[in-house]
Amino acid sequence: MVKSKNMNIVIIGNGITGITAARHIRKRSNYRITVISSESEYFFSRTALMYVYMGHEKFENIQPYENGFWEKNKIELIRDYVTFIDTENKRVDLAGGIVVNFDKLILATGSRSNKFGWKGQDLNGVQGLYSLQDLELLEENSKNISRCVIVGGGLIGIELAEMLRSRNKKVTMLVREDSYWNNILPAEESEMINRHIREHHIDLRLSTELSEVIPDENKNVKAVITKEGEEISCELVGLTVGVSPNIDLVKNTDIEHNKGILVNEYLETNIEDIYAAGDCAEFRTAFPYRKNIEQVWYTGRMQAEAVAQTICGKRTAYDPGIWFNSAKFLDIEYQTYGLVNMNIDGEKNLYWEDPENRKAIRVVYTDDGVIGFNLMGVRYRQDVCLKWIKEKRSIEDVLQDLGQANFDPEFFKQHENDLIEIYNSKNSSHRVRLKRKRGLFKFAN
Amino acid sequence: MQSEILLIEPKLTFIKKTGLAMFAAGMLFFMISFTAVSRISPLLFFILSVVLGCAGALIFFFAQLKESPIPGVKKNNIMFLSMTNRGMLGWMTAVFLTGMYVLIYWFPELLENVIRTFDSLSYTLNGNPANQWFLYGTLYTVAVLVMGVRMIIHNRHNKYQIIRTISVMFFQLILAYLIPMFIVNGFFFTYFWPLKYEYLFPASYDYLIQSGGIGMFMFFWAAVMSFIATPVLTYFYGKRWYCSWVCGCGAMAETLGDPYRHNSDKSLKSWKIERWMVHSVLLIIIIITALLWIDNANENFILKDFSHSAAKWYGFFIGAMFAGVIGVGFYPLMGSRVWCRFGCPMAAVLGIIQKYFSRFRITVNGGQCISCGNCSTYCEMGIDVKSYAQRGQNVIRASCVGCGVCSEVCPRGVLRLENGPVKGRYELNDDYLR
Repeated sequence: MVKSKNMNIVIIGNGITGITAARHIRKRSNYRITVISSESEYFFSRTALMYVYMGHEKFENIQPYENGFWEKNKIELIRDYVTFIDTENKRVDLAGGIVVNFDKLILATGSRSNKFGWKGQDLNGVQGLYSLQDLELLEENSKNISRCVIVGGGLIGIELAEMLRSRNKKVTMLVREDSYWNNILPAEESEMINRHIREHHIDLRLSTELSEVIPDENKNVKAVITKEGEEISCELVGLTVGVSPNIDLVKNTDIEHNKGILVNEYLETNIEDIYAAGDCAEFRTAFPYRKNIEQVWYTGRMQAEAVAQTICGKRTAYDPGIWFNSAKFLDIEYQTYGLVNMNIDGEKNLYWEDPENRKAIRVVYTDDGVIGFNLMGVRYRQDVCLKWIKEKRSIEDVLQDLGQANFDPEFFKQHENDLIEIYNSKNSSHRVRLKRKRGLFKFAN
Repeated sequence: MQSEILLIEPKLTFIKKTGLAMFAAGMLFFMISFTAVSRISPLLFFILSVVLGCAGALIFFFAQLKESPIPGVKKNNIMFLSMTNRGMLGWMTAVFLTGMYVLIYWFPELLENVIRTFDSLSYTLNGNPANQWFLYGTLYTVAVLVMGVRMIIHNRHNKYQIIRTISVMFFQLILAYLIPMFIVNGFFFTYFWPLKYEYLFPASYDYLIQSGGIGMFMFFWAAVMSFIATPVLTYFYGKRWYCSWVCGCGAMAETLGDPYRHNSDKSLKSWKIERWMVHSVLLIIIIITALLWIDNANENFILKDFSHSAAKWYGFFIGAMFAGVIGVGFYPLMGSRVWCRFGCPMAAVLGIIQKYFSRFRITVNGGQCISCGNCSTYCEMGIDVKSYAQRGQNVIRASCVGCGVCSEVCPRGVLRLENGPVKGRYELNDDYLR
């Protein structure tokens, strides 16, 4: 590998993946780094777009680095649209007419909102929520309207519902499944979110699918029709039925792709010196218990770190590690670690819930040890949970040390004993006792 | 059933309108109190202005409880509202607050009629007629209490905020308002040198010693709090034990100032200015205090009038202008901690201890930060919290007052205020990110 000081690294996409790659390459090298994005001038936190709409933050607040950061770290930013990747001559063409040469190219083009060919899906007032442009469109589309329909019951759907509720819009959510996000959440937690959505005055319609969107005489949305034939009048339709890799750019190249850009565990495409990472990458072979395409902030970041090491001379495979994720459903925080709701052979679930205060703790385990944690409205330490899972600690070991995992703010009621009581009531042979609660001076390491 | 769900809409309910009307009427009567009309019955005007206005505000806040019955982070629209986003209302409020301070500090004669309406309360509490400082202390305490109720209502999902707010309300009402009136007028048990610089000036020493045993106790109290309790408590809990749990300036910032906390500047540049300013003020007050004692020891022989006039100028520019007028008056423009961040010498001392000799830190939970920026936005001290969180580094900053709001507004449960071993506090937790 040539380790030239003047090596040109070009990154397409300035989201968490592209920027993490740029930052890590900068840490390890003096290569010339160019990041191209058509979406925004500077990196912003995509997951925080909702807070701009709700008036919690200004757009500048969701930019993780000050604007001077890029020049200081010699990361060149180009705001333009890539029209063509010439893999043979190693160059990309930009819509503005500029041609950028590269020695190594990282594709981090992210995702785009799914549309499943519904009649009326391209009418005025029908939109997804993914990009900065989507947010600007939402600002436009939601002016002077009062009724909205959101199609899809995932993370973006509930965020969009929360956003629109913050502006006092009436929101109906059509969810195909019979309970919110229950392909990921276990039944009880999913049910808790159903209740929570409704107590926020969002009209949640489960087991309901979109049939078509109907226009008025000006080609604006007038209503949606469900598959059951019900017509729901509305002035805005949010299509939040998942996202797919944004790969138009590689379609007329010899870079292999399926749904996403195909990569091996080193995030290498079939073309030498071209890599893909984050939402747009599809692994030829999935990692155990993981999907081929991972569309999560954290995985994008971790993949980018691996690519950066590889590019800087230390070929490094992406190590997905133990799964973790977090989200917030309206007022309920959610954290998950390890394997939850995966129906692993011999898995048992220990579950405690406080419906009134919207809290739940679930520990998933087998006879070999704990495999997962699922938390609603309660914060647990990632370090501690992942360590226990990695070490396959037995459920009883974990329960007696559970205070170490608690990460809720001081003075919060601690619920570890509630969980242990449930365990003891089911396993009368041996009583587990909490070794110590978390205190004002004590916490785990 | 579906349509019923959809029909519930927050609006200006009758109860909220009533609260607002009472508050507005209270403000009107407060204005009338400036005229001689209030002399007819000062007590009546006190009730019609202060009591009615406060009752109205409280009714309004409690009505919000019903309007959004689900506890949780309530920050909707803050960046759009004129009042909280440096709009017209915010600007007018800043001018109004600043003006009130100027009047109270330097033109009390203009407030004569208003002060008289506070006489009844003053006689009840300490047997003396009211003066400008009684007016100030009462309005200050009332603002902390009423806005404290609002703070608790808004943050009722977070027990740390509830207890902390009750704490500042308690210390303001009991230790900084009521007790000082019964014992030695003007001595606040919640303020210490170098924030309340004159407490360790030779003149206070003489004055307190002359007032007998209780005065001795208070001088002793002030000295012990400044030199023993401060380092010990800060070692165990960080500067928050004082700044966001006890201090009167903190009490105001965390209650009246809460709707403005996001207006603090988060830039690296402002951090640089902050460090220069706050440590300069500390240095100046240490020098002035030392000079006064030197003078005291040699009967003004060496320095002549220098130390006394320096103390006087410090009192005017720092004690009154900066801490009071700008400190509170600029809330709507520069956030609720302008004084605490850029000027308070006590905060500087506590900050140095917190940074180098304390168990306190804000722990970052693994690699869960999504750089959303809520923590930084709502940091009243202008700390760019996310710049730490997104690289998995514990937040240990001299200026952090431990209000806990970053942890509260974090949508991913990434931040936790903790007291733990000093060792390893600064270590990077980079298992997940670097």
